[in-house]
Amino acid sequence: MIAVALKGLLGRKTRAILTALAIVLGTGMVSATFIFTDTLNHAFSGVFSKPYEQASVVVSGKQIVTGAANTPSVPASLVARIKKVPGVEAASGGFLFATVKLVGANGKAIGNGGPQFGFGVDPADKRFTPLALTSGRWPSGPGEIAIGAVTAAKEHFAVGDTIGAKGTGHVHHYTITGLAEIPGVSSGSATLAAFDVRTAQVLLDKQGRYDSIAVVGSPDVTPRALAARIRPLLSEAETVRTSAAEAASVNKSVTGGISGFKYILLAFAGIALFVGAFVIFNTISMTVAQRTRELATLRTLGASRRQVLRSVLLESAVIGALASLFGLVLGLGLFKALETLFTGLPQAGTVFSAQTVVVTIVLGTGITLLAGLFPALRATRVPPIAAVREGAELPVGRFHRYKPYVAGAVIAVAVFAIAAGVLSGGGAKSVLVPAAGGMLLLFIGVAMISSSLVAPLIRVVGAPARRLGGSMGRLASANSGRNPARTAATAAALMIGLALVTFVAVLASGLESSTKGDLTRQVKSDYIVVPDTSTSATYFDAATGPALASVADVTSVSAVRSDKARALGSTVSVNGIDGATIAGVYRFAWKDGSDAVLTDLGNGAIVDSKWAKTRKLSVGSPFQVQASNGTKRTFVVRATYHPKFQAVFGGILVDRSHFDRMFPNPQNGYVFVNVASGASPAATAALAKSLRPFSDVTVQSTPGWIKTQLNDIQTTLDVFYAFLALSVIVSLFGMVNTLVLSVFERTREIGMLRAVGVSRRQLRRMIRHESIITALIGAALALPLGIFLAAILTRAMSSQGLSFHLPLTQLVYFAWVAVVAGVWAAVLPARRAARLNVLQALQYE
Amino acid sequence: MSLLEAPVRVRTAHAVVAASGLSRQYGEGDTTVHALRNVSIEIEEARLTAIMGPSGSGKSTLMHILAGLDKPSEGSVTIDGVEITGMNDKQLTRLRREHIGFVFQFFNLLPMLTAEENILLPLSIAGEKPEREWLQELLDTVGINGRRKHRPSELSGGQQQRVSIARALISKPSVLFADEPTGNLDSNTSKDVLALLRHSVEELGQTTVMVTHDASAAALADRILFLADGQIVKEVHGSTAAEVLAAMQEVSGR
Repeated sequence: MIAVALKGLLGRKTRAILTALAIVLGTGMVSATFIFTDTLNHAFSGVFSKPYEQASVVVSGKQIVTGAANTPSVPASLVARIKKVPGVEAASGGFLFATVKLVGANGKAIGNGGPQFGFGVDPADKRFTPLALTSGRWPSGPGEIAIGAVTAAKEHFAVGDTIGAKGTGHVHHYTITGLAEIPGVSSGSATLAAFDVRTAQVLLDKQGRYDSIAVVGSPDVTPRALAARIRPLLSEAETVRTSAAEAASVNKSVTGGISGFKYILLAFAGIALFVGAFVIFNTISMTVAQRTRELATLRTLGASRRQVLRSVLLESAVIGALASLFGLVLGLGLFKALETLFTGLPQAGTVFSAQTVVVTIVLGTGITLLAGLFPALRATRVPPIAAVREGAELPVGRFHRYKPYVAGAVIAVAVFAIAAGVLSGGGAKSVLVPAAGGMLLLFIGVAMISSSLVAPLIRVVGAPARRLGGSMGRLASANSGRNPARTAATAAALMIGLALVTFVAVLASGLESSTKGDLTRQVKSDYIVVPDTSTSATYFDAATGPALASVADVTSVSAVRSDKARALGSTVSVNGIDGATIAGVYRFAWKDGSDAVLTDLGNGAIVDSKWAKTRKLSVGSPFQVQASNGTKRTFVVRATYHPKFQAVFGGILVDRSHFDRMFPNPQNGYVFVNVASGASPAATAALAKSLRPFSDVTVQSTPGWIKTQLNDIQTTLDVFYAFLALSVIVSLFGMVNTLVLSVFERTREIGMLRAVGVSRRQLRRMIRHESIITALIGAALALPLGIFLAAILTRAMSSQGLSFHLPLTQLVYFAWVAVVAGVWAAVLPARRAARLNVLQALQYE
Repeated sequence: MSLLEAPVRVRTAHAVVAASGLSRQYGEGDTTVHALRNVSIEIEEARLTAIMGPSGSGKSTLMHILAGLDKPSEGSVTIDGVEITGMNDKQLTRLRREHIGFVFQFFNLLPMLTAEENILLPLSIAGEKPEREWLQELLDTVGINGRRKHRPSELSGGQQQRVSIARALISKPSVLFADEPTGNLDSNTSKDVLALLRHSVEELGQTTVMVTHDASAAALADRILFLADGQIVKEVHGSTAAEVLAAMQEVSGR
């Protein structure tokens, strides 16, 4: 029986390959995701662990606030005190992976959005730097720098040239004394800049301080014991950890982002696999139906139900295993594509772990087996007598008559799960898990009832074929309705991808219109100054304000300071506003207060009304704010504002003078500028000129800036479309499969059609119309479903200001995509049908 | 007309298959079709029994019920003395493995297996090892020894049917059912296939039941049962084709 199953598979090679393709893309993406994230993790851990390998323990500033403008640091004087601790052999302070931007001759920051790393190297002890010189010598005094060899080659710098660099302040100029790289890792688009530690202190505005102190203990002291001896020396703003713990913590903060990315990629892979499962379910169902007589013959020859079940399942298992293997290979290819797509990331050798292989194969084979289980169970219900009956049909399952009720129940549960998810108001996990599970169930439920929707839908979507396709179009329309269950299952696979695309498009359309509305309402100024896209920074030099104010024609400049801080147990944004000018450039949506509070804010704070409510604050309540360096200050709530869906700045707003006194190295988040005669090219040029010394900021007219924000949404949207296209392609394979099989089934009938005078061209047209009708059924199911899902989510987020907006042209475009998909899917099956020899087809049994 | 009122009863010394009081109805109410009405027969060992009758006479239904493929509305069937009408699927599967062989009108060979593999299929399904000598004897008997590695598509219709006869014989069944075995073959090839069936009855003692509407096929049988309107209306022993045809006309011309 095993041999029968395997030989059967060999005898239907094309079909097996088409079936396998349905799952190859999904498994390929799973394995690519694992290879990609494993490789990234490896590269990052290579970069970030290396500097700690030489040390026993590391002393650093305690991180109070995540994402703050300034990293915590420790006083340089601590080094001398640590050196006196018994068991300490060496201690060296420095800077690792600080943010230092290199500035080219044109005054612009070098880089493509990649990280911009700066290192302060102790001239006496270089073992704690991850860098290795590739040429020249280490910088050893003020005015000297070593830069990354890759950056030097790309930007045409050589040893002896002058290059600009900036920390939080102005650009400084340095002479390049050497080129360096992190051994074993290609830094990608990251830039590297290394300085003598004192020079780094000046550049980073951390005179007399270090980011961390690496300590080497004598061999007889364990790192833990050494840490315990050092701990009493430290203030509460400082911390000591074993180098292993420090490396692990640094790694965790870096790879945390990677694992988020991994789950997004896996979600798309999961969608492709889900669609693939539909296609496989459908194909194996058809194969079983066509093999009814064969299966019945086996039964008359004494095969038991169990043997039939096993032979069909074995077929699925082999297809699944083969598809997974191809998926692994495809994964390597996709990984290379991902790598070129994200060039900014550091690269090390490709990591192809055993886990990748196991997960891919288990997932691919498991899903194929699961999808094949239902048709296999139906195959066991083929009665032996079908071997002698003409035109035997697959019997319906025992529970067939309950199907509409089950479908209804599934849809009800699905809608409930989605609603429960989006209304839970919890974190991402408590929203996404039930909502995503609900969506999958909803797709299954709709697919289950779709066979009863096929007939009415054909009446609508088959109309063009009947009107324009002539006799062949009418025949095609009738053919589509011959086996509603099959047409429905084929269309359902396409439905999933298209529904998700529609969902994303509708959601994004709402997002875009809300963003545009929100931003237009908030910003009143002619111009807005923000960090340049070449940097990953969110804050910029506070000196930009006065520089802009000096430009002729400028009537008002309002700089907003920004940083993160801790308040009432969590991290919040704190913005320092200029009460005298802010009302002229920014429109507040007051809940409890008015523009009048802005001019005499004093130690008052303006807070997000929702945030205030959850923290039980109201006008007059005092609360404490702590900056990243530990400074604490108490503010009193003076007013509250309605949060925006797309806020320019949010959180806590305080007076700028208070902000500047409290936060270390205060920086701007935004500068709003009004000019006398409104935005004009001349004014833009003048403002841009005044910003030249700052190299990493950009000035845009307010409408231009809003357009940039919308473009960013569009870019994200395009990435989503690209990934969802994968599942649409998977469903295309399903359509090809169904058509090939139905052509094969109708061989005799096609022979008859040809015999009565149907031309090859007409035959192809018939198949094409059948394909288009199936695709349109998919679209007709998908568009309302996608809109419905988007509407639920929008409704749930309407309190945050997200509005619902239908992108009509895009929806028409998606229906058009379905038609094109239908035409493509029909190419191969139509050619096959047209090539059939009439006489042989007629005699075909 | 007297035949209808008094159905023929057949009794022999040793019956491999015995059926009594078989009735089979399809549908309900006004549209009820009575495919079989109170049929009782016994199939003798080592004989070739032919079942003849015009289309719609119930001959196929009778064979399907005798072979356990269909269940009678009333009555019972025993094979080798074992009652089969109440058997569940598992028991029927065992029965087919051990006691029944099938030959079909459309051969029903598996296209991806070679002739030899097709022949051995029942054994491999049952998980039994083939006896090489028996296989060799069968291949010689059905005369496809030289084509054992060929696939069905590379064989003529007659050869395919001979392969399917060998497939039915490989497990030495108690009874072999042949459903219009020559229905899809030309007359010369038919002769070969019928000779083969005859040979297996005489030389191997294979009890065989053949449903046919081909008079020359039925003429080879030891015993011919004629069915009309779901009843056995005539029985003939050892006739020529001409006699069979005459009997056939008599039966259908009533």
